Amino acid sequence: MSNNFNTYYMSQTPLIQILFLSVGLFFIGMYGLLTRRNVITMLMSIELILNSVNINFVAFNKYLYPQKLEGLFFTLFIITIAAAEAAVAIAIIINLYRSYQSIDVDDADELKW
Amino acid sequence: MNEYYVALIPGLPLASFVLLGIFGRKYLKEFSGTIGTLALLVSCVLSLIVAKSYFFDSEKINGAYQSIVLMNHTWLSFTPTISIKIGAMIDHISVMMLVVVTFVSLMVHIFSLEYMKGEERFATYYAFLGLFTFSMLGLVLSSNIFQIYMFWELVGVSSFLLIGYYYEKPSAVAASKKAFIVTRFADLGFLIGILILSFHAETLDFKLLIAKLTDLNSPEYLSITTGSFLGISALTWGLCLIFMGGAGKSAMFPLHIWLPDAMEGPTPVSALIHAATMVVAGVFLVARLFPLFSNTEAALHLVGYVGIVSSMFAAIIACTQTDIKRVLAFSTMSQIGYMMFSLSMAKYGGENGLGYLASMFHLFTHAFFKSLMFLGAGVIIHFVHNNDMSAMGGLRKYLPVTNITFLIGCLAISGIPPFAGFFSKEEILTACSHENKTMYWLALITSGVTAFYMFRLYFSIFWNKEAHVHGDHHHHEAGWAMKLPLILLAICSIGAGLVPFGQFVTSDGLVLPTHVDLGFSALPVTLAVIGIAIAWMLYKNENSKSSAIAAGLGGVYTAIYKKFYIDELYIFVTKKIVFNLIGRPAAWIDTNIINGTVNLTASVTASVSETIKGIQSGRLQQYLLYFFGGVATLALIFIYLIK
Repeated sequence: MSNNFNTYYMSQTPLIQILFLSVGLFFIGMYGLLTRRNVITMLMSIELILNSVNINFVAFNKYLYPQKLEGLFFTLFIITIAAAEAAVAIAIIINLYRSYQSIDVDDADELKW
Repeated sequence: MNEYYVALIPGLPLASFVLLGIFGRKYLKEFSGTIGTLALLVSCVLSLIVAKSYFFDSEKINGAYQSIVLMNHTWLSFTPTISIKIGAMIDHISVMMLVVVTFVSLMVHIFSLEYMKGEERFATYYAFLGLFTFSMLGLVLSSNIFQIYMFWELVGVSSFLLIGYYYEKPSAVAASKKAFIVTRFADLGFLIGILILSFHAETLDFKLLIAKLTDLNSPEYLSITTGSFLGISALTWGLCLIFMGGAGKSAMFPLHIWLPDAMEGPTPVSALIHAATMVVAGVFLVARLFPLFSNTEAALHLVGYVGIVSSMFAAIIACTQTDIKRVLAFSTMSQIGYMMFSLSMAKYGGENGLGYLASMFHLFTHAFFKSLMFLGAGVIIHFVHNNDMSAMGGLRKYLPVTNITFLIGCLAISGIPPFAGFFSKEEILTACSHENKTMYWLALITSGVTAFYMFRLYFSIFWNKEAHVHGDHHHHEAGWAMKLPLILLAICSIGAGLVPFGQFVTSDGLVLPTHVDLGFSALPVTLAVIGIAIAWMLYKNENSKSSAIAAGLGGVYTAIYKKFYIDELYIFVTKKIVFNLIGRPAAWIDTNIINGTVNLTASVTASVSETIKGIQSGRLQQYLLYFFGGVATLALIFIYLIK
């Protein structure tokens, strides 16, 4: 399909390849979230997950509903919220550091039996 | 009149119990005795008023005294027909018992003012006496069979508390436990009997129960007599089991073992409970249900045989006992045996009811002379500080009033005219001679033996050798508080026989005239005089004839002295059979199986909990793993399973 901004001679990459990218990023992010010891690195992985979802939204919007813009709007929301959430998370980590003197997530395991 | 008086009669002792129980020990102390005595005095006066009003002023239907139910309040209702009510029934025997119980209790209260003076738990003693009097009065006023069972148990509890009054003595504690356990065991039979009768008659109320089960055509009578268990109809079973309860409370053979031991309690308590009132509760129960017993030959025979056996058994044992209170205890058992078999010699109605009249008359007179003798024994024990006959002798010089009153009591129980016992025993023997000659001869022999052992007791205490009397204290006999009850009861022991009992208390309420037949009475009186003469020869002056006879009888004498080894038999059965075969296995099951199951449940729960608590490890990444796992599972469910 072609639109006003892209000429027909630019062949598009198939949708499925973009989806592969998005899924791959999601699982890399999940792997990082579950296995890293440094809390800051876990935050970076969360950002990766969120970004993968963003790619997913934009791809579906562009390929399936070119006339509408809801996907892009949702993506902007997610970016904003991710930024805010990162700020809150850093604040929590700073508080945590004050208690445990470490940013190793395995050291903060007191809420248990 | 009457509802308020009748409610006050047991209500005042109850109020005395509550008041003295709560405030007596700390605040009222010495004044408690006066409070208890005053409450009983008012109760006694009210009973006499009620008695006068019932016997002289109440309405008679066809010349028969009616039983009046004064109040009947439903307390607990099982079915529309069977419900436990709380009520008061006035009829001839309950009015007679009201007078007897309140009068004897009043005498005991007055006596205890001096006897128990100086006791630390003086107020508690009077509180318990109040509780006992309340329970006994409630028992005689009960209008239904379950209410009588409740008061029956209350009387048992009061007896337990009073026998174990000196709780620091291990023998007293053991005696009170024995009394309670034996009577409680008997009450098992009583309860089963109540359930049988009330199930078939569909009522608990005495009047209705008797009316339904004596009417030979009523459906209830048919249902209770058709069908039998082991060849005996349900009615007979019920009545025999109820009699088992009565036999336990009245210390009939073989449930008599508690009565001699119950003498561990203070002597005024023995006078009240174990002589005049509680032990006659069994007789009262049979008298209450007499129309039912009179229609059931087998139950009546059981009552008769148990009565005569107990009577003879106790009389023989009493000849060898040396503790004066034990002699009096066995004497009580013997006299209650008389009352029981006298009931069995009667049938309901008219001339046939002579045995019933005689039994109630003997209950009336026995209460007076037996409590007289127990209170006299109290004075003697207070003086000598020892219960045993060997420490006494020649006391007539020191205790003149007690000497005379005790002599009056002994003459009364031996059946010498014109004392009270003569009239009541004569009626019993007359009723016996009409019905069953064998029983008559056995009763006659027993009354001779009674005269013998009572005068053995009298002579050993007041004559015989000179006792070693303590030099310093107690050179005086007793104060007025201990002498007055003795004198009053002695007057009653003489006068009670002259009451024309046949005018008042008979099996069906109609007047049954009684008369003294001199020719008939010659034989019992002669036997009694012979008994007294033998006792005179053996015990009046100090000699060794009695010990020579005892040595001559050898093993037989020892067996009788040990009360025919019945206690040893019971202990053997309890320890070797019941404890080993039933107690120990039951305890093993309880400790190992039941405790084990509960402990197992707990330990299984604990170990499961230990295992699964690892899920909450506090590690963030593990929680995230569970979170992602859950989301994946939900996604699979929503995409593939729920379309």
